[in-house]
Amino acid sequence: MRKVITGNSASAYGAKVSRAEVIAAYPITPQTSIVEKIADFVANKEMDAKFIKVESEHSAMAACISASMAGARTYTATSSHGLLLMHEMLIWASGSRAPVVMSNVNRANGPPWSVWADQHDTMAQRDTGWMQFYCESNQEVLDTIIQAYRVGEQRDIMTPSIIIEDAFVLSHTAEPVDIPDIGVVDKFLPPFDPPSKVIPGEPYGYGSLVMPDLYMDFRYKIAESMDLARDRLRQVDRDFQKHFGRSYGGLVEFYECEGADAVILTAGTAASTAKDVVDKMRREGKKVGVARMRVFRPFPYEEVRKLAKMAGAIGVLDRSYCFGYAGPIACEVMGALYNISDRPPIRSYIAGLGGRDITPEVLERLFDEILAFKGKGSGEEVKWVDLKGLEGL
Amino acid sequence: MTTRKAAHKDLPRMPITTIPSTKVVTGFWRTFRPTLDESKCIKCRICWKFCPDVSISMTDDSFPAFDYEHCKGCGICANECPRKAIIMVMEE
Repeated sequence: MRKVITGNSASAYGAKVSRAEVIAAYPITPQTSIVEKIADFVANKEMDAKFIKVESEHSAMAACISASMAGARTYTATSSHGLLLMHEMLIWASGSRAPVVMSNVNRANGPPWSVWADQHDTMAQRDTGWMQFYCESNQEVLDTIIQAYRVGEQRDIMTPSIIIEDAFVLSHTAEPVDIPDIGVVDKFLPPFDPPSKVIPGEPYGYGSLVMPDLYMDFRYKIAESMDLARDRLRQVDRDFQKHFGRSYGGLVEFYECEGADAVILTAGTAASTAKDVVDKMRREGKKVGVARMRVFRPFPYEEVRKLAKMAGAIGVLDRSYCFGYAGPIACEVMGALYNISDRPPIRSYIAGLGGRDITPEVLERLFDEILAFKGKGSGEEVKWVDLKGLEGL
Repeated sequence: MTTRKAAHKDLPRMPITTIPSTKVVTGFWRTFRPTLDESKCIKCRICWKFCPDVSISMTDDSFPAFDYEHCKGCGICANECPRKAIIMVMEE
């Protein structure tokens, strides 16, 4: 069924066609219409699920973890400060090996208060042991939820996922989305069948104390699963193509990157705008390209190294900032390239914080800058783009 | 503390033990043990309600009973008791 829907609606449909069985959510700001739509589905009996209203995002995640450990497919949604409040429970989810799937609307963190697009909320969860997917379209938002369940619930993976949409650019913007038939999804996504389930009346110890002789080994097993997931995600995206006729380039989507003099590497919807700019500049004879980092965790270091061989110079555009050095994606990209020879020069660009538009004009200027430092070294390593003083108001 | 030297491959992926915490004895952490003066106790259940380790049990008419296999000796019960019927005594 094809409908014109927002990214939030696409998220709700993603949970519905994936047959999520338990949804726990805190309904107040910064919550979005995602869980409102799911509450409608459940109330109208269009979705056979338990909707648990809780008193905070911390509790929402705790409820999802418990339900997941009891063998239910679980889903929740949040945004910015709600995600930050969940932080402790995010680590508990990955440690419990509870493959919860959550949607997050990327919004800026306050103060100053904001509700607009900014990736600082999810980037701050980098080390929680969750897989992170940055989407470019409402269709991808829906499809990635299905993909995340399929990979996350595999018994040697058992890892939770965050599916991310830029605030307003996707969350509140309607575009045509194909909502797959639930029977078709059933053939792609088997029921959740964890190796161990909580059984009432049989008390076991869940996540209880371990001594230093075992703790590290449990953490290593999470690391191992994350590494396995890298290739599993590439494979599932290919299978998705065969099953649904759509795919998203695996972990990193390359757009006109082969032999490009300048490439912008970014995550989220800025990549869409950048592709249009690439088309325009290519017509003018400038060899530019875009690499869209779709999966940030597990980190796609092989794709990043491949890009380094394809591109003359790279600008990494982050919609967030690690205070004290550079953009979080840029830090990781530079780290992944340190041990290879013939690295292209790289500059970290910080743009679009708190919903400031990343316009085609801004991106064209960045491409010209990157073209100019190709073969020379980036000089200024970190650059904040489009800053405005009072004269800009 | 376990002395088993497990290779990580032998560990379950999920950190679950079939031994529930009720079977793991932790009372030896205690320095002071709560004791009850039955002559002062009015069976109000305040100690039972406040115990953070579910180590006080009470049936309908009984005095509170301390589970010394799990009580850590925090003294919250003695502090909350309105009749000062719970006395903390140094373990020998």
